[in-house]
Amino acid sequence: MSEYTVKDRVAIIGVGETKYYKRGQSPLSEFRLACEAIKRAAEDAGIDVREIDGISGYANDRNEASRVATALGLKQVGFMGMVWGGGGGGGSAAVGNAAAAIVAGYAKYVVVFRALAQGQFGRFGQAPVSQHVSGAAAYTAPYGLFVPAQWVALRTRRFMHDYGINQEPLAAVALADYYHAQFNPRAVMYGHPLTREQYDKSRWIVEPFHLYDCCMENDGAAALILTSADRARDSRKKPAYILAAAQGSGYRHAATVENSFDYSSSNFKTLAPRLYEMAGITPKDVDCAQIYEHFSGAVMISLVEHGFCQPEEVMEFVTFDNITAPNGKLPVNTSGGNIAECYMHGLELVIEAARQVRGDSTCQVPDCKISLVASGPMVSPVSDLLVHSM
Amino acid sequence: MAEVKYYLPEGLPTPRAQRDGLDKEYWDATRRHELVAQRCNSCGGFQWGPEAICHRCHSFDLGWAKLSGRGRLYSWIRTWNPVHPALREACPYLVAVVQIPEADNIRMVGNLLGDPLQNPPFDVEVEAVFEDHPDATLVHWKVVDG
Ligand SMILES: [Zn+2]
Repeated sequence: MSEYTVKDRVAIIGVGETKYYKRGQSPLSEFRLACEAIKRAAEDAGIDVREIDGISGYANDRNEASRVATALGLKQVGFMGMVWGGGGGGGSAAVGNAAAAIVAGYAKYVVVFRALAQGQFGRFGQAPVSQHVSGAAAYTAPYGLFVPAQWVALRTRRFMHDYGINQEPLAAVALADYYHAQFNPRAVMYGHPLTREQYDKSRWIVEPFHLYDCCMENDGAAALILTSADRARDSRKKPAYILAAAQGSGYRHAATVENSFDYSSSNFKTLAPRLYEMAGITPKDVDCAQIYEHFSGAVMISLVEHGFCQPEEVMEFVTFDNITAPNGKLPVNTSGGNIAECYMHGLELVIEAARQVRGDSTCQVPDCKISLVASGPMVSPVSDLLVHSM
Repeated sequence: MAEVKYYLPEGLPTPRAQRDGLDKEYWDATRRHELVAQRCNSCGGFQWGPEAICHRCHSFDLGWAKLSGRGRLYSWIRTWNPVHPALREACPYLVAVVQIPEADNIRMVGNLLGDPLQNPPFDVEVEAVFEDHPDATLVHWKVVDG
């Protein structure tokens, strides 16, 4: 075994979140939400907040690490890091960086957090209004190509065309998310089940995405705390050990104006093999998967690129029965995810992976040993995480 | 009813060349109704969008080559949700990604002209159509009748 690994040297020992709100509904400021989630994660971990000495984030967070450290009165901070990119691509990478910082000895207790209050700030799903545009956006914005729903749709449609895929796998992802959310009292869509008929009748956002194929926009905050395996042994809750982490991008994936070399790739083709190699497992060993779903279509492509099925097998594999807990072949997004739990830029997916291997998910997969998180399909960088129980 | 002047209503941001001059030639060429793309003077390879260095041979000696204006419809979408205030009355509309075989399969983006409810086949041949605005010219695409 290579010594260059975080495998089994680090664990998630605490998770926490605020109440999750519909967009613009939080009565509290984004920064206060961040502080509250961090307090709850520390409480779950059974440590004093002031023991935190590392802060790991990912791009698009407005809550500066130094402000967090100052506001919480952290005694000292040995690591502050942020992942490049945008949206949710860095969610697992922030955990991977936290693990690396702990193995390197930079910090003992690292918090990863995300806070969003889109009423207080702008919306991610709407274009900013400006008179002129230059650079890469000059080749897209004047044509009404502005937002992630559109470029993910363009790539998804090409994938569907190439492999003869219809609406069914997309509907399965949306319906599975809503199904799982009905068991999760934290979920914004708890108590709001979705039927296939409602899905079919819902308006198009951009073909092939109906309203329910798209992530929500929410307010709230989520946080998790990592520490070394040695310290984790004494923690209050069962630790979720890091089995492997990977981040990055494939060849020229970020080429502008829709010029990604591998156009309809979810950008996990180079990460997934590294992830499984570090973990020493194969896709068959994964008990459940939390796959970032800004849009349902990207989930099916991510499942392919993580080796759960071939592109030609998507229609048979990505079905409601196969991806729902507890009995599906591979339960996916068992908390309801970005579509039905809360759009916390995918950090809620990392938390759900930890809960699954701890055994306290609201939609528990029986005897779940290993859970995968895939963050950010189609963006650059993307990131992956495997957690397991020991 | 007023004559439809542009494919999408006015009010969307209009393109401007970058301040560093990287893509001035492209926007100047559209004013002449010519489609050009960045091509490396050293290795002859195309790349898009324009960049400061050739990703193939790392030469900084980059030039521009005129294209025929023909390509293949690589993907397209129909947008129903107005993602910008100027699009409130304009949905649905079509956006095309066009692959250009004569230029190392670089891809370009524009609106796909014609009926917004059409379902054009993937990989069908399309050609560039220039749409002049007061301070910039856009490049749209239309399916070549065959
Ligand atoms: Zn070159």
